[in-house]
Amino acid sequence: MISYADACRVINDSRGDAVGITTMTQTKYWNQLSGEPDLDVSVNNAMSKASSVALGVALGDSERKVLCLDSDGSLLMNLGSLATIAGMAPENLYHFVFNNGIYAITGGQPVPAPGVEYTKVALGCGYKSAHRFEDIESLDTALPSILESPGPVLIEIIVKGEPALAGGVDQTWESNARLPIQLRALRARLTGNDNWGPGGYYL
Amino acid sequence: MINGVLHPKSVVAQLVQQGVTHYVTLPDSETANMYEALIAEPSIKIVPVAREGEAIPVAVGLFVAGQNPVISIQNAGLFEAGDALRGLALGIGFPLVMFIGYRGHNRHGDTPDSAATFLEPYLHMWRVDYYIVESDDDLDRVPLAFDLAKKSNLPVAVAIGTEYAEPEPATQGAAR
Repeated sequence: MISYADACRVINDSRGDAVGITTMTQTKYWNQLSGEPDLDVSVNNAMSKASSVALGVALGDSERKVLCLDSDGSLLMNLGSLATIAGMAPENLYHFVFNNGIYAITGGQPVPAPGVEYTKVALGCGYKSAHRFEDIESLDTALPSILESPGPVLIEIIVKGEPALAGGVDQTWESNARLPIQLRALRARLTGNDNWGPGGYYL
Repeated sequence: MINGVLHPKSVVAQLVQQGVTHYVTLPDSETANMYEALIAEPSIKIVPVAREGEAIPVAVGLFVAGQNPVISIQNAGLFEAGDALRGLALGIGFPLVMFIGYRGHNRHGDTPDSAATFLEPYLHMWRVDYYIVESDDDLDRVPLAFDLAKKSNLPVAVAIGTEYAEPEPATQGAAR
């Protein structure tokens, strides 16, 4: 098994100027490592939708790589997105699935089917390739070449679950306002236009 | 009394006028004929989704990347997409025009289809403004929806209250 911290470190090492769309536990580690916060969006306030947001970014800016740091519980809620992604076939989308078999945020309850092999599901849907890693050395060695191969690619990482003991979800006004702020920063970075004004529930 | 019909080409022309780049959709019975008309329009890319809840987040990603998407889903699908509407449209202030197939709408109030019964109360509950389009005569409401979305930084719905007309035969114009 791989730790979240190690997996995020290895991914970040090969990131370049890719967009990083994250969700759930890995967000915490990614944010600690990322040197490109304007290219990061944490889709924590809309569980399961990271893969769909990542698809939109990948289609909208086909010249830039998009890394989606998804998780098994989230992907199970939006499993159809694998077919949608495969159908659009964005060559610049790399879909990581942190598989811990549990809902960590809520204390560690098992997901409905902890044995799902996401690589097989992704290939069955039509992803260009899929890879599964259970040790950090293999991930570290293989990832640079994987990120040079055409997407959509699914990279399943078997991680050691870190169930939250209490207060697993950061729920403040500021924590929820992070998503619209990050989306505006990313849009400004990708388009060069800082013209998305305030609006909505948090801004 | 509704005069005329709603032609998909007329709506596509509105989308082109608004600079729409992507049409994120799960086809439904009300808007099925739009699909064929859109395929013929090279400036708009169709993004088919497997479930309606994906449509808003895909559109968010496109918008963030500098594109100008709309979504088109059925009323029943909008109900399924409720959390995406909350978290990734209303929550972030996303100026998105959502074309919603008004399945069951019969313009007389009563309908045996609960998908129609609940659509407008549902939009009211989310405080989403909307326009109803039932024929080509109503198409001036489409730019109003785009203007309101931009002005408010909020999603605005265009409820398609009738089935789109069949695409016109290619020879029809030539015969006149």
